[in-house]
Amino acid sequence: MRRWLLALGWLLLPALCVAQAIQPLPFRNHAEEVRFQHLSAELRCPMCQNETLADSNAPIAHDLRRQVFEMMQAGKSDDEIKAFLVDRYSQFVLYKPPVEPSTWLLWFGPLVLLAIGGIVVAVQVRRRARQSPADTTPINDTGDDW
Amino acid sequence: MSRLLPLFGFLVLVGLFGFGIWWNTQHDQHEIASPLIDKPAPAFALPVLGDAGTTVTKASLLGKPYFLNVFASWCIECVHEHPMLMTDVKQLGLPLVGFNYKDDPQAATAWLAEHGNPFDVIVADREGRSGIDFGVYAAPETFLIDAKGVIRYKRIGPITPEVIDKEIRPALAALAKEAP
Repeated sequence: MRRWLLALGWLLLPALCVAQAIQPLPFRNHAEEVRFQHLSAELRCPMCQNETLADSNAPIAHDLRRQVFEMMQAGKSDDEIKAFLVDRYSQFVLYKPPVEPSTWLLWFGPLVLLAIGGIVVAVQVRRRARQSPADTTPINDTGDDW
Repeated sequence: MSRLLPLFGFLVLVGLFGFGIWWNTQHDQHEIASPLIDKPAPAFALPVLGDAGTTVTKASLLGKPYFLNVFASWCIECVHEHPMLMTDVKQLGLPLVGFNYKDDPQAATAWLAEHGNPFDVIVADREGRSGIDFGVYAAPETFLIDAKGVIRYKRIGPITPEVIDKEIRPALAALAKEAP
């Protein structure tokens, strides 16, 4: 019995931490809470940089959650709230940066790399096809040549 | 030639990763460049620490450049930075305004009694709301604000002799050049 209680205690420990970490905000209704959770999950905590505002337990994250909540209560749109934070903490706070000249490399860089890879492969294939056009029989068809 | 291609690719990767390591040693990854540089400092009206009846505003500090140092008694790095404020920063000759961030006034007063008070005036931002306007996310942080109330420079993290020589003195020199 005691062992079971102990195990239960260990199981509940993380839940306790979460309950302490995120102080509840007085939402007016469920829709507002959903909107808040959604918005704060898109925002990044400036202090502990790999956590969202929703997850972070840093003092600044707590303050910024309060700020976001109050702005929501004041009827601000998500974009207005994001702009408010970007003005103060730069685009760093956005997990999804906007597409603009300074972020083109970020957004399109992978596509460019993919295109370069595709060109390299295409050139190689063509070159090999040209080198051995007649030789269509496989050299080794056991399939375990490596 | 084509047999050397993998080696070439390998060397390119080594160069890339090496650059990444070098870059991360040159830059503090926790530092977020403030978008407020060269923009007017946010307006604020905050009570003086230990004297809640007196309010200091952005307007009341205009007319002379000053340092605004964000500190708190709970901030460990602030203890390390403090001797610099007491001596080297003071010797730069600018007013030093303390920005007591999210702190208990009694704890802050006790902290200053223990470590010394380098500040000409200290404003208290208990709730951290003005701190958000300044883009503060950790202490210590130090702003250089010019006579017109424009933020000219921001240091995130403690001030060191190196920071003074490499960053603060040039910023002050730029200020002095403008002033008639």
